[in-house]
Amino acid sequence: MNINMTLIGQSITFAFFVWFCMKFVWPPIVGALEARKKLIADGLAAADRGKHELELAAKRASETMHDAKIKASEIIAQADKRASQIVEESKGTAKVEGDRIITAAKAEIEQESHRAREALRGDVAALVIAGAGKVLRREVDAKAHADLLEAIKNEL
Amino acid sequence: MSAEAHTSTEYIKHHLQNLTYGQLPAGYERGDGEMLQESTWTLAHTAREAKDMGFMAINVDTMGFSILLGALFLFLFHRVAKSAATAAAKGAPSGLVNFVEWVVEFIDSSVKGSFTSRNPMVAPLALTIFIWIFLMNLMDLVPIDWLPGLAGALGLPFLKVVPTTDPNATFGMSLAVFALVIYYSIKMKGVGGFVGELTLQPFGKWGMPANLLLEGVNLIAKPVSLALRLFGNMYAGEMIFILIAIMFSGGTVLALTGGVLQWAWAVFHILIITLQAFIFMTLTIVYLDMAHQEHH
Repeated sequence: MNINMTLIGQSITFAFFVWFCMKFVWPPIVGALEARKKLIADGLAAADRGKHELELAAKRASETMHDAKIKASEIIAQADKRASQIVEESKGTAKVEGDRIITAAKAEIEQESHRAREALRGDVAALVIAGAGKVLRREVDAKAHADLLEAIKNEL
Repeated sequence: MSAEAHTSTEYIKHHLQNLTYGQLPAGYERGDGEMLQESTWTLAHTAREAKDMGFMAINVDTMGFSILLGALFLFLFHRVAKSAATAAAKGAPSGLVNFVEWVVEFIDSSVKGSFTSRNPMVAPLALTIFIWIFLMNLMDLVPIDWLPGLAGALGLPFLKVVPTTDPNATFGMSLAVFALVIYYSIKMKGVGGFVGELTLQPFGKWGMPANLLLEGVNLIAKPVSLALRLFGNMYAGEMIFILIAIMFSGGTVLALTGGVLQWAWAVFHILIITLQAFIFMTLTIVYLDMAHQEHH
């Protein structure tokens, strides 16, 4: 309970402790607290920004989707049109082709019938000559009457 | 009965005596009757010796425990400060770091609440005062015979473990605070401003002597009340622990009562030691704030 040098010793000790605290303890802790505060604030801001960006992106996505839908329906309509066009075109081509085939067939038929007639004509001529030959026997010389026979053949 | 009263008195006195190291003059008769041939530096073995050592003596226990606790505080906080500075960007703090940061934030908000000027010294000062005083007060919760008993076994005559029950410690701190108050008063207001504050109010310049008396008392009361409040509270608390401890030697019933009382008082004391540390800190902040302010 006596007042003695301890008083001064305590004052010096106290001053030293305060100095040490002020130099080496307080600033780093407060600095760290500030840094963390900033970190948290930044993080929150970033989260907010992210949320905002997400909203924007969703909006953009829905817009894009909408556009795509419109474009798709346009494309489909175009394709439909094109398809019917193609069908029409092919119909036309097919008709032309068919006509051509028919014409060709007709020509061939004509040719064939002509050939057949020719052959038939030749056959008939030969038959007639054979018949006439049989009838006339001697009177008719095939070689002498060739002109006549040819004329008859052409008349058939 | 008288013998028991005598030992009780001795017990109490023993617990209230600091371990003092100082010089005894030549021709001094020591407690055990030994006559000193020449002046000697030694530990006081009785309260009378400690008293006779005068001012040039030191309370080894007060100094020792306070430095030990202050060093512990600074060591822990410094370690946390270093790790906090490096770990600030690495996510959530944990354990001791969390606690230290909580304390620092608490002090910081207290200082911001009551200190209106700018001074980078006040917050660290407040932190040091709060934690240091709290730790010194906390020694009061160590059962009062443990450490003195241990010291006795080591041959030390006395040991007072709570530095804040030594007025030297509390006045040491309050005088340092007082010096700061004077320093900042003069630094902020100039010598003239400070003297004017002491002499020109509340009654104007014609009431100068009365002003000086009032303001002087006001000024001196700051360190005195600061130191005595802390000392008084802790001394009284310690005294009650000592009185309770005496009950332990008074038979089973008294001992059991004493146990319950000691527990109850210790729990209540947790509140007191924190509160006293907080009050000392807050008043220091307020006094320094007043020193910084140009008022009236």
